[in-house]
Parts: sequence; structure tokens; C-alpha cells
Amino acid sequence: MGARHRLSSAFWRRPWLKAALLLTPPLAAFVLVYLAALVSLFVSSFWSVDAFTGKLIHQWTLQNFHDLLHSNGTYLRIAGRTIGIAAAVTITDAVLAFPLAYFMARLAGRRVRALLFVLVLLPLWSSYLVRIYAWQTILSHNGALNWSLNKIGLPDANLAYTNWAMWIVFSYVWLPFMIIPVFAAVERIPDSFIEASGDLGARGRRTFRSVVLPLALPGVVAGSIFTFSLTLGDFITPLLVGGNSSSFIGNVVEDFIGINGNIPFSAAFATVPVIVMAAYLLIARKLGAFEAL
Amino acid sequence: MERKTTRAALLGWTVLVVLFLWTPLAIIAVYAFNSSNIQVWPIPGWTLHWFRVAWRDPDVRSSLWLSVNVGLRATGISLLLGTMAAFAIHRFRFFGRESISFLLLLPIALPGIITGMALNSFYVFTGISFSIWTIVIGHATFCIVVVYNNVLARLRRTQTSLVEASMDLGADGWQTFRFVVWPVLSTALVAGGLLAFALSFDEVIVTTFTAGAQTTLPIFILDNLKQGQQLPIVNVVAFAVILLTIVPVAISVRLTRDTGVLRRGAATVTAAESVEITTV
Repeated sequence: MGARHRLSSAFWRRPWLKAALLLTPPLAAFVLVYLAALVSLFVSSFWSVDAFTGKLIHQWTLQNFHDLLHSNGTYLRIAGRTIGIAAAVTITDAVLAFPLAYFMARLAGRRVRALLFVLVLLPLWSSYLVRIYAWQTILSHNGALNWSLNKIGLPDANLAYTNWAMWIVFSYVWLPFMIIPVFAAVERIPDSFIEASGDLGARGRRTFRSVVLPLALPGVVAGSIFTFSLTLGDFITPLLVGGNSSSFIGNVVEDFIGINGNIPFSAAFATVPVIVMAAYLLIARKLGAFEAL
Repeated sequence: MERKTTRAALLGWTVLVVLFLWTPLAIIAVYAFNSSNIQVWPIPGWTLHWFRVAWRDPDVRSSLWLSVNVGLRATGISLLLGTMAAFAIHRFRFFGRESISFLLLLPIALPGIITGMALNSFYVFTGISFSIWTIVIGHATFCIVVVYNNVLARLRRTQTSLVEASMDLGADGWQTFRFVVWPVLSTALVAGGLLAFALSFDEVIVTTFTAGAQTTLPIFILDNLKQGQQLPIVNVVAFAVILLTIVPVAISVRLTRDTGVLRRGAATVTAAESVEITTV
């Protein structure tokens, strides 16, 4: 028996050795780079930057957070806008996604369902930047939207570079993230539940409200986590389709890193979406929306 | 169950939403053939001129090359590390197993800007200067999970009795891997690799923080869009990027059809579930 055989029986006899060998490289890479980076980001939010030399000062301070709160409300307004639009986008996507997910899960035949699946997934995977750009051209003055409006006799809609534009584009870009979990949740509702509801005398609307909606809610919440979180952390959409006063948290953060090189202040502001997401997850859990997932 | 009008309404809604999802992509495809260099709808005429211009543009070429290069390296790293992690998680039960799954999902559950900033500050603090590897590392962090998910899903569907039978018949670990595990796994690896490449190829948020002065294809698009320059070339590049990301995904959908892996979708649902696990 060769060395190869001895080696493979050695592994067979000590499974933990194999587990350790398999896990160490990915984990070490992850912990050393990604987690270390996250921790250093968090820690740096309590540091500051020397105004003259631009060097980091490794001294604990709450100055960054103080500046965020006392800036004539500029940063608070930006945080409010970011969170508000994220919430509007989440609600819009839920409304757009639900009927489609319901149709896909309960009415469509196997082939139609498979087709819809691909039609929903491919846009999700095609470039996110390109999809935002597509909307920039559609909403522009000479774009497809105004052309279509004029065709049916309506005046131009000047949506380009407004908060409305951001709302449309975000809803568009993240929509598949809502459709898929809602579809999965609706698909899991047993047919017998809906039949039972009908047998007990409930009309369509009542069945929907008392049976389908509560059972599909976990899917909506799962989807909302992503529409909400992705909007909170974005800065490309405000940059490309937002107006002069459409800055998001992400834009401020990017400016402070790119132009000012002020990592500590950026890090402090970046804690806002992280904290909001943590709170969002806790509230979702309090509502009991996760338990059926 | 549903009344006829309800069915019709649901179908109509579905068609409208699908049109909403695809119209912008179709419009970009049309603009790539725009004969005018002004962005007007509808386009005044059709031409292939801008494809030639874009193909000859040195900036487009160098950024395309960088994107492909980064994509291949990030895919290689994710295939290696993602598969290892999937094997370990599948075969062994140990303390902290759930949190490893969660850890790997973090980079796509957290907004990209957090990952980007974190890596940026890490590079700045440790004095690592920007290079192709700083981009590759950034991309690999969120590509690993795609490979991991695909491989894990395939492993879970494979019966362990196959491996045991192979061992009983006298095959050693290597032979079992080569003749039993590998044939089962190969399409999942190809699918995972293609998805990882597609993810890396069009990534822009993390890249803005980890590229320094280097220009990947999405960064090239973003820079030109910010300044409203060279839009005819951007149209062609955007069209190419759509094709280059959709084709690998379509292939991998076919390869994993029976696994029912929802790719990003599955990752999001799993992420939501693991987020739940840690908050409980």
C-alpha cells in the first residue's frame, strides 16, 4: 500500500483532522481580512483625523458622533431621507411583487412558472449599474418616458434628478429580491388550507386576508430585509438619478473617504445603517414574522 | 378557487411587472445601435459604428481586461475556499457550525458600502497599497458564498451512501473523490463559478473602495456617467456587460435546474434565515 493510501486512511480515522484542514483556509482568510476589516472600521469611528496633517489620531473620542448630531441637522436630514426612501421602496416592492408571486406559485403551470422564474432572476443578475443607467436615459428629458406620455397626449413628466426618480429606480433594481422569497412563502401554503377556508364559507377576499396574507408575511419580511438594507447602503442611485439635495448616507460616506480621506467620520456615519438594520431585524422578530420562515 | 376576474387581473399584473423588469434592459440594447451621438428616444437610426469605436478604445480595452482578470482570479479563489467550506460544513457537525454559514453570508447581507469601507480602511491602516489583488480580495469575500451555496446544495442532495459504498468497495479517499464525488459535483462547481464571475464582473460599490486609481469596466461606466461623457461608447459597453452577465447566469440556471438553487435569491432567503438564527 502506497503513501497515498496511508494518508487517506489516516484522514478516514481522524475526521476532525480533515474538517480542520478543510475549514482553516477559508475561515482564516475570512477572519483575517473581512472580519478584521469590519472591526477596524468600527474601531476607527471612535478615532479622528488631524485637520492639518490628515493623519489618523488613535485616541478615543465621540467627536464624530457629536458632529453628526450637531450639524444644523444636515446629517440627520440625510439619514432621514435615506431611511424614508428605503421604507417607501420596501412597501412599493411588496405591492408590486405580491400578485406576481401569487400568480407564479398558485396559478401558473409548471412551464410558465419556470419561464417567469428566469424572467425575474436574469434582471437581478444583469448589471445593477447598467440598470440604473437605463433609467437615467428613460427619465431624461428626451427619454422614453416623456415620449410615451406625449404619444398618449400627456405633458412631459420632469422626474429626472428628483427623489421620485430615486424611488422608481430603487424599486426597480431590488424588486426581484422581494419576488423570490414571497413566491417561496406563497408556494408553501398547502392547497387544503385554502380549500378549507372556502368550505367554511369564506369568500375570496376573506380567504386572502385571513389565510394567505398571514402565511405569506414571513416571505414579505424576508424580502423587505433586502430591499431595505440594500437601499440604505446605496450611493450609486442617488449619484446618477438623484438631484442636488438627494444625498444618501452612502454619498456622504463616499465623499468623506474619497475626497477628504476622513475614514473615522465615514465610519461613524456608516454605523447608522448598521444600527437601523439591527433594529429592523429585532422589530421583525418581535412581530413574530420570522417564526414561520 | 379564484374567480375568473381575479385570475385575469393577476395575470395582467404579472405581465406588467415582467415588462417593467425587462423594458429598461431592452432600451439599453437599442441605444447601443443608436446612429446619433445624442441620447434621444426613439433613436433616429441604426448603426454598428459605436461597437467598432468601443472595441478600439484603449480605455475600454484596458478596463475590460482588468475586469476579466479580476473576475477570473476572484472566481478561482472562491471556488477553492467556497468548496472547502461547503465540504467541511456538510460532512462534520461541530460547535459553531451555524455561525460559519452566517459569517460567509455576511458580505451579501450587509450593504456593499460597509464591505467596501471596511476593506478600504483595512488597506489604509495596514499600509497595503492598491493593486489588482485588493480588488480581487474584495470580490472574493462576496463570491465565496455563491460557490458555497451551490456546492452545499449539491452535496445535500447527494446520498452519503454513495461515498460509503465506494469506500466499502476498496477505493481510497482520492479515488472516491475522483470517481464518485467529482462527477456529482462538477456541474455545481461550474455553475457556482459562472455566478461568481458574473457577480465580480459587474460589481461597482465594493470596487470603488478597493480599486484606488485602477479602472474596471463598471468603474469606467460610472466615471463616464458621472461626467456625462462618451455616452455612445458607454451604451455599447453597457449592452456588452448585460450580455456578459446574463449568459453565464443562464448557463448556470440550466446546470443547476434540478437542484432548484435560486442563486442570489436562495442566498437572500438563506441569509434571512441565518440572520434570524443569530438574533434569536
